[in-house]
Amino acid sequence: METVDNKYDLSVNIAGVTFKNPVMEGSGTFGSGMEYSEFVDLNRLGAVVTKGVANVPWPGNPTPRVCEVYGGMLNAIGLQNPGIDTFIERDLEFLKNYDTRVIVNVCGKTVEDYLEVVERLSDEAVDMLEINVSCPNVKEGAIAFGQKADALYDITSRIKKTAKQPVIMKLSPNVTDITEMARAAEAAGADALSLINTITAMKIDINRRAFALANKTGGLSGPAIKPVAVRMVYQTAQAVKIPIIGMGGIANAEDALEFIMAGASAVAVGAMNFHDPYTTVRVIDGLRDYMEKNHVGDIKELIGCVK
Amino acid sequence: MGKIRETAKVISQEMLVKDIYSMWIETDIAKGSVPGQFISVYTKSEARLLPRPISICEIREDALRIVYRIAGAGTREFSTYKAGDSIDILGPLGNGFPVSEADNSRPVLIGGGIGIPPMLELAKQLKGDKTIVVGYRDADMFLDKELEKYGRLIIATDDGSVGTKGNVMDAMAKQDISGSVIYACGPAPMLRGVKAFSEEKGIEAYISMEERMACGVGACLGCVCRTKDTDDHSKVRNARVCKDGPVFKASDIDL
Ligand SMILES: Cc1cc2nc3c(=O)[nH]c(=O)nc-3n(C[C@H](O)[C@H](O)[C@H](O)COP(=O)(O)OP(=O)(O)OC[C@H]3O[C@@H](n4cnc5c(N)ncnc54)[C@H](O)[C@@H]3O)c2cc1C
Ligand SMILES: Cc1cc2nc3c(=O)[nH]c(=O)nc-3n(C[C@H](O)[C@H](O)[C@H](O)COP(=O)(O)O)c2cc1C
Ligand code: FES
Repeated sequence: METVDNKYDLSVNIAGVTFKNPVMEGSGTFGSGMEYSEFVDLNRLGAVVTKGVANVPWPGNPTPRVCEVYGGMLNAIGLQNPGIDTFIERDLEFLKNYDTRVIVNVCGKTVEDYLEVVERLSDEAVDMLEINVSCPNVKEGAIAFGQKADALYDITSRIKKTAKQPVIMKLSPNVTDITEMARAAEAAGADALSLINTITAMKIDINRRAFALANKTGGLSGPAIKPVAVRMVYQTAQAVKIPIIGMGGIANAEDALEFIMAGASAVAVGAMNFHDPYTTVRVIDGLRDYMEKNHVGDIKELIGCVK
Repeated sequence: MGKIRETAKVISQEMLVKDIYSMWIETDIAKGSVPGQFISVYTKSEARLLPRPISICEIREDALRIVYRIAGAGTREFSTYKAGDSIDILGPLGNGFPVSEADNSRPVLIGGGIGIPPMLELAKQLKGDKTIVVGYRDADMFLDKELEKYGRLIIATDDGSVGTKGNVMDAMAKQDISGSVIYACGPAPMLRGVKAFSEEKGIEAYISMEERMACGVGACLGCVCRTKDTDDHSKVRNARVCKDGPVFKASDIDL
């Protein structure tokens, strides 16, 4: 049960939306919360971030789609999703049963695809949109928008014109300078940024003398990428004024605090949900424990406190 | 009953033959389990993030048995656990074999290699006149003595050291095996053979599929297999092995 905690304020505000705490899960690692609701009381989460949804169903990539690497994993799901119709009827209906914020992750192959989804969501019970322009696992669209500053500027401004909810642009780490991308998104009107998406990687199965993934490459996530992610969140926080949702390998409250101190207003738990389905609630409890121990009344005091 | 993630206790562990281990685990997961389901087993190293899916081999009121092959670092670690040690598991996962829906008057149970373990609990729970067909690499057999108690046991070995030389389908053909329904678990080529056989003979077959997994609970879409028709959850021709399976009607799957 989440009682109102007057002594320790965990709530944060991102682009006018208040979250009861700064902990959500990373898109694609939690479905729409249905499966994990058998373990986690979704009411406790700051937000549920849904798997990327497109205008039509996507079949995704061939299998194997996942493999393990030291301290992390690779995935090349290829954004399989049931399409916006089913998503609205089934997933958003399900999420209405919970007192948590809903952030819908949007993917597409063309700008028009994205705009169609964004428009369809305009009257739905959705608090924010997270635009995935950074998936390394689909051939067309998607990541192309996230790796060139002018393309990112263009898609961000067009989505902002259509969107009724505040827009989070999800950035790719697979760029030379993350701050250039962050500035482009901010200049185009993005309300917030989330980072990092997965890092393009590869594993070879020496016994089969073949790629471990059918897609050859996949996105690296998990604790192995955390130091890279913290660095990128810090650099981005120095470069832009809009709030940041930080992610990449978060396994516990200590990890989450690194992101917050580096400048993230909220954090997301991704691959570690697979290791322990209770990771999100452990992070929430751990944040509160840290605040109590260190006499921090308001978590907002910690955001970007390391300069 | 829902799924449970718990730190359970190892009751016993023994090596059956080289690289094949049998472990009994005391766990509340046992209460809700049916044959053909599996559990996720987590290694103690945080560097090994993903759970290892292992089939349920036997079910007691408060305990489960798994039988597994050392395939890499994770299963090697599990093989070092002793009675009294802790083991992190999550389950029960997946759908399991339909023991009540099918015509079980003359069931045929087929297990290939490390696909044999789930056949034991299934053989115990099925009533009819059972034929159990198992395939091994060589004379290093496991669970054969236990399976024998529940039906007619037919053996195939790759090297021909015991039973029919060849795979389970060779043994089936040689002994002209038939039945009212087929349950099978094993490598993909074997399942392809089972599917072809069931279509040819017009016998319903339930096959247990294997795929690389990440979440194990149906959330990540890592473990899909191709279905004949559009799947109701995915809206494309993909079903989740961990959640919609691992057991499918052979006729519903593209193999
Ligand atoms: C539904 C299901 C039931 C299974 N039941 C059994 C069983 O009863 N007994 C048994 O011995 N084995 C079983 N397996 C296979 C077992 O999961 C793998 O042998 C095991 O995961 C290997 O882990 P490792 O760390 O030893 O090997 P590594 O190769 O080091 O593992 C690396 C990664 O690959 C994954 N992986 C490797 N091989 C497989 C595989 N064949 N299938 C799925 N994932 C794999 C691991 O889970 C891990 O994430 C089952 C697989 C599935 C999908
Ligand atoms: C299996 C899997 C699926 C993912 N799917 C998506 C997705 O649909 N959209 C998206 O924006 N990010 C997706 N991601 C990226 C995560 O949301 C997150 O940004 C990344 O994994 C880093 O966090 P982590 O190290 O905690 O996993 C996915 C990651 C994984 C592991
Ligand atoms: S392993 Fe995640 S959906 Fe099956």
